[in-house]
Amino acid sequence: MCGIAGLFAKHPSIEADLGAHLAGMLDALAERGPDSAGFAIYSDASPSRVKLTLRPPPGTDPNALLARLGIPDSTIRPRGTHAVLSVPAGKATQARAALATHAPATIVVGSGARMELYKEVGLPADVAHGFGLAGMQGSHAIGHTRMATESAVTTAGAHPFSTGPDQCLVHNGSLSNHNAMRRDLRRRGYGFTTENDTEVAAVYLTARMETGRSLGDALADAMTDLDGFYTFVVGTGSGFAVLRDPIACKPAVMAETDRFVAFGTEYRALAGLPGIESARVWEPEPARVYAWERGRG
Amino acid sequence: MTPEPHLVDLTQAGVRELNAALHALERDTNATHWRVTNPGGRHALAVGLAAPVTVEIMGHAGYYCAGMNQEAHIVVHGNAGTGVAENMMSGRVHVHGDASQSAGASAHGGLLLIEGNAAARCGISLKGADIVVKGAVGHMSAFMAQAGTLTVLGDAGESFGDSIYEAHLYVRGRVESLGTDCIEKPMRDQHRRELLDKLTDAGLAGEVDVGEFRRFGSARTLYRFHVDNAASY
Repeated sequence: MCGIAGLFAKHPSIEADLGAHLAGMLDALAERGPDSAGFAIYSDASPSRVKLTLRPPPGTDPNALLARLGIPDSTIRPRGTHAVLSVPAGKATQARAALATHAPATIVVGSGARMELYKEVGLPADVAHGFGLAGMQGSHAIGHTRMATESAVTTAGAHPFSTGPDQCLVHNGSLSNHNAMRRDLRRRGYGFTTENDTEVAAVYLTARMETGRSLGDALADAMTDLDGFYTFVVGTGSGFAVLRDPIACKPAVMAETDRFVAFGTEYRALAGLPGIESARVWEPEPARVYAWERGRG
Repeated sequence: MTPEPHLVDLTQAGVRELNAALHALERDTNATHWRVTNPGGRHALAVGLAAPVTVEIMGHAGYYCAGMNQEAHIVVHGNAGTGVAENMMSGRVHVHGDASQSAGASAHGGLLLIEGNAAARCGISLKGADIVVKGAVGHMSAFMAQAGTLTVLGDAGESFGDSIYEAHLYVRGRVESLGTDCIEKPMRDQHRRELLDKLTDAGLAGEVDVGEFRRFGSARTLYRFHVDNAASY
């Protein structure tokens, strides 16, 4: 099971209500994934700054955490169980080092100029409410509702998994060679924080892109190297990409109007979008990479 | 004068309520025309009907729409999700848009007509129904199909008719590849007549020429045990 939703705005009216639309889409997919939920949402970048979405241990005072890190010209903004640390672009590495030293129990969930990433255990509607998703705006977002198969129901095991700056991955399916692939990637110096199969796919894609492969190329490589079944949706700073495994094991529906492009594991997730009645609705073909990009970054 | 259809708005009534009302219909009911609005991709719409009534779904349907149908005429004015008309016994199911995977799975009788494309595994384990697809069908269509017909006006995807038994397959377009033990067979007069019958049932007689179709079926080397094929079973 599991459910995936993605929404890419082509019109300002969708951007203004992006979070509310995504919250409705995730709620519609609750039957497919009642264990946990998460989402990545992309909004305009502040010039020369990087956002790190953090998950500090419960009870952490965000301002005390900020003071402990000691990064000049940084701010912190709590949201539900997470917090977004904003630092000057050149200080991202320093911030990660400071977190590892001064707040080792705090997890960096994701980072980037545009992306914020939130995930938690619980029903999708509760998770969305806890993070105030319905009030958020942005250019595009992807989300996931999880019914756990390959690893435990934990916040860390929830999707999306961050794959690099402004990159994240959600996955419906399960991979059968993730242990071997994890060992291989570990040998090459990549770190893992869970036993989850999707994290392996996320790290794999990052590793491929670090060799100079494009996102589309990396997804094509995944079809050769990853064994199992999957529908992947990858979010990037400028859009998102979709790939189904060659036998189309997992369902997927897409819809496009002049105002949005939407992805849902089932049509039910799309049924509440404005103008869906007249949208072009289709199933993405197996083993074909679909990608949408926007002009600004 | 045609009576007004019975309306069920699924923003007001639940799917269980809809199906219970349809199941309660006697074969000689006067309530022969139903219209379901705001389906919103909900699953299991109009399943298990057993009366000769017409049910129109006014939008996209979710999984297993019209499953186990007997005698009813079910029309989807939109796309249908996985397994439309699965295990249909008789009657007629008409999808105006596309159908997702496993359309007509295991269907024993009746006609499934899809105006658009059908995704993977259309007619999987077909057991006697007739399926007509005006667009294309996806990979592994007619997998292990035992009886009945699958007529495709467009193209067929990879591994068409894999492990097929005795179903008859007719394709007008291109076949990406044939599955194990599925072969092209000559179109004889009996097959042209059968195909014309199916096209006529689907209301397509005169729209397409039976001479444009190719026939596919079982080579019968796999489902009859032969020791040389032991590794393929």
